[in-house]
This record gives sequence, C-alpha cells and structure tokens, in this order.
Amino acid sequence: MTSAAAAGSPVHGLLATAGIVLSLVLAGWALVATLRHRAPDRIQFAGLALLELALLGLAVVALVALGGGERPGEPGAFFGYLVTLVCLPPLAWVLARMEPTRWGSAIVCAICLVTPVVVVRLQQTWEVVGG
Amino acid sequence: MAEPQATNRGPGRLLIAIYILFAIAATSRAGLQIATKFDRAPVAYLLSAVAALIYIVAAVGLARAGHAGRRTALLCCSIELVGVLGVGVLSLADRQLFPDETVWSQFGSGYGYVPLVLPVLGLLWLWRTRTTAT
Repeated sequence: MTSAAAAGSPVHGLLATAGIVLSLVLAGWALVATLRHRAPDRIQFAGLALLELALLGLAVVALVALGGGERPGEPGAFFGYLVTLVCLPPLAWVLARMEPTRWGSAIVCAICLVTPVVVVRLQQTWEVVGG
Repeated sequence: MAEPQATNRGPGRLLIAIYILFAIAATSRAGLQIATKFDRAPVAYLLSAVAALIYIVAAVGLARAGHAGRRTALLCCSIELVGVLGVGVLSLADRQLFPDETVWSQFGSGYGYVPLVLPVLGLLWLWRTRTTAT
C-alpha cells in the first residue's frame, strides 16, 4: 500500500535531495563562518539563492503534479509546509543582510538546519494516504 | 567585545530569527488543527494557538527593543518558560489532557527541545542587555 507512494511523489527525487544537501552544506559553511567571527559572505548569499531556486523548482513540480490530478495525503499541512519552505531562504537572506556580523552567519546556519526538516515533513504529508 | 548591545542586534537577531521560525511553525500548526479537527482536542489546539501568539509577540518585543519591547519580551519569555514546563509535566502525567501534540508537549521534544531552551536564552539575553534599556 505504500510501495508506490514514494516513487510517484513529486516532492521526492533530485530537487528535494539537492535542496537538503545544499542546505546542510550551507549550514556547515555558515557555522564555520560563525565560529571564525565572519559576517555572511558572498558564498552564503549565493548558496541561499541557489537553495531558493531548488525549493521553487520543487514547488513548481508539486503544483504541476497537483494540476495533473495527484493529491497529497494531508493537503492542508502540505501547502503549509510548501509555503513555509519557499519563504525560509528569503527570511535568512533578509535577516543576514540586517546583521553583518558573525550572528548573521549564525542566522543562516539556523535557518539552513531547519530547511531540511521542513522538506522531510513536506514529503511525509504527501505520502500519508488518506485513511 | 564590549560594544554596547541592543536587544535586537547581534545574538538578539539570531534569537528573533528562531522566534520567527517558531511563530510560523506554531501558527500554521494551530491554525490547521483548529480549522480541521478542533473537536478532537480543543484544549491542546487552543494551547497551540496561545503558544503561537506568545512566539509572535515575543519576536515583536525583541525586535522593537526599547523599554516597552523589552518588557513585552520579558513577559512572553516568562509565560513561555512556565508554559513549556507546565505543559511538559502535565503531558507526561496525564496523556488524556493532550491527546494530540502541541509545541510544548513533553517539553517540546517534537521540536528538538528548542521550545524549552528558547525562553531561557531569551531571559538570559534580556538580562545581559539590561543596562542598555534605559
């Protein structure tokens, strides 16, 4: 009953994996910057932009699948997570721009640690077959 | 090292970021629970909503800084600490009371215990920046 669920899910696959890996790498990079008392650098902002592109791609794929008649297991939670997810990198960007100190890097690190959790929760809310 | 610190600068901004994340998490969770299955656990879901509100107000209080902002943040962090400890104990003692998860159930274990640590960090930060308030 769950065998085909993951295979047919639009939020599993290359984009989701790329988003998770990129987010974790960026979190690691930002953590090093924090420990070295460095403000968010270009790499962090470029990484956030790239992460946002991957997440927007994921959202588009999910919306296309919805247009094609597929439905997530928990629609309400799914859309909640999807909207939250695409807002996270911009939030990190804005706050990091406001805080050009090591704490800006710490903010990027924190939000990049949360992002993979939201991706995984997004996948879980798609999988749950109603009932 | 000894530069003057405002409540909404430096580590404070990181704290605000985490409060924003929890405000989003708690608000969407409570909104969804109340909208779709309120009858199942009204106490738990209303509590989620209260927690959400406190996270929002605390974030705003920290961000506004100043005397009123700090007072607001102090009040919110205190309620939050009492809330997470109280609900944590109650949820372990009587599972019937909270049949569904809230942010504060089991001391916030569903959120990596961050809900337990966050108010403590908030209070410590308010304490460390106390002289700059007046």
